Amino acid sequence: MSIGAILTKEIKTDARNPYTLAGALLFLLSSLFVCYITIKRISAPSTWTSLFWIILLFTSFNAVAKSFVNETRERMLYYYSIISPSDFVISKMLYNALIMVILSGAAVLVFSTLFEIVIEDPIAFWYAVIFGAAGFGIVLSLLSTIASKAGNNLTLMAILGLPILLPMVLVTTTITKNAIDGIDWSIQWKYAFVLMGLNLVCFALSVILFPYLWRE
Amino acid sequence: MLFAISAGLLVDVPRLDILNETIRNLFFHVTSWFAMVFLFLASFVYSIKYLASGNDKHDLMAKIFVQTGMIFGIAGLVTGMLWAKFTWGAYWVPDPKLNGAAITLLAYLAYNILRNSLTDPISRAKISGVYNIFAFVMMLIFVFILPRMTSSLHPGNGGNPAFSSYDLDNTMRMVFYPAVMGWIFLGLWISEIKYRLELYKKSHE
Repeated sequence: MSIGAILTKEIKTDARNPYTLAGALLFLLSSLFVCYITIKRISAPSTWTSLFWIILLFTSFNAVAKSFVNETRERMLYYYSIISPSDFVISKMLYNALIMVILSGAAVLVFSTLFEIVIEDPIAFWYAVIFGAAGFGIVLSLLSTIASKAGNNLTLMAILGLPILLPMVLVTTTITKNAIDGIDWSIQWKYAFVLMGLNLVCFALSVILFPYLWRE
Repeated sequence: MLFAISAGLLVDVPRLDILNETIRNLFFHVTSWFAMVFLFLASFVYSIKYLASGNDKHDLMAKIFVQTGMIFGIAGLVTGMLWAKFTWGAYWVPDPKLNGAAITLLAYLAYNILRNSLTDPISRAKISGVYNIFAFVMMLIFVFILPRMTSSLHPGNGGNPAFSSYDLDNTMRMVFYPAVMGWIFLGLWISEIKYRLELYKKSHE
């Protein structure tokens, strides 16, 4: 119940003050446009995929880092007194995953308009985009908590997060590239399975480990 | 511990002058990776112990095991790069195991930076412990699961036969297993010395 309550609270705060989300969206659009200006035309699917995921990766750092900056010390103390840490971290992860899915949807729309691409297997493509982006949100939720304890700087979050996110980036880029090329699901299911497994492992680890950070 | 020290140092000596080809690198390259994984595993265990107990000695052990593991990781990387130059023709090739190794080192470098950016000892211990556990699990996935899915230039992956099937004869085997043990004990020995040194420094502050 309280998970839902925090989730609605987060969404309401964002609806009332849409600038944080709008900021992340604008960051995404600007970097997409920088790519368009500098590259102009992409012919190989592998270039398309890697550029797309690199942009989404750096957007996710910006988007998720904001979710803990907004919490004041007093509000954290208030949370501490009314809910359990696992409820808190689950709702944070769900919220960040939701934000990332929205951002990645926008990224796909804009990126495929600027750089035309024919996607042979849209189901696999959207599977990778949605679960890859949600995975970024989940992993970075815990890491942004860690970074916020250490003075809240984005550099620290990036160096902590990049090595941890790389397995996920590797799997999602593979699925996306295969989806664009229309590779059969008999090969894809293995990667799809690993991506889901990675998401579940990160989710479980965050729920287990967050209470130790919470007591600080 | 005394036995470990003497064993670690004694096995070090004879294996140097057994073979004079690049295959000799097997004793250094492969064994340093084994030692690194073992030390990071030890660090992982101590981080869990710390979070469970709150004993700051466990945190110290976790930190020292990471630092010693890094030494072996870098040794493994350098020996591997030299070996790659002579066998595959380049110092760096796009191989899943190489990428995994580089990323592991990046993650543990980040761990050290995280430790240095926190000043309060208790929160430093807790936060870096949490990161250490997270990083180790992801490293396991990256180094042991993902390379199995794609082909690799390394022996034993993607259709390449493993060493043991044709050229690891009994003499080398007799050196290889003690060498693995030797490197691991050497790592433990370095960690032990560092641990005592830190405790000594602490008691004299």
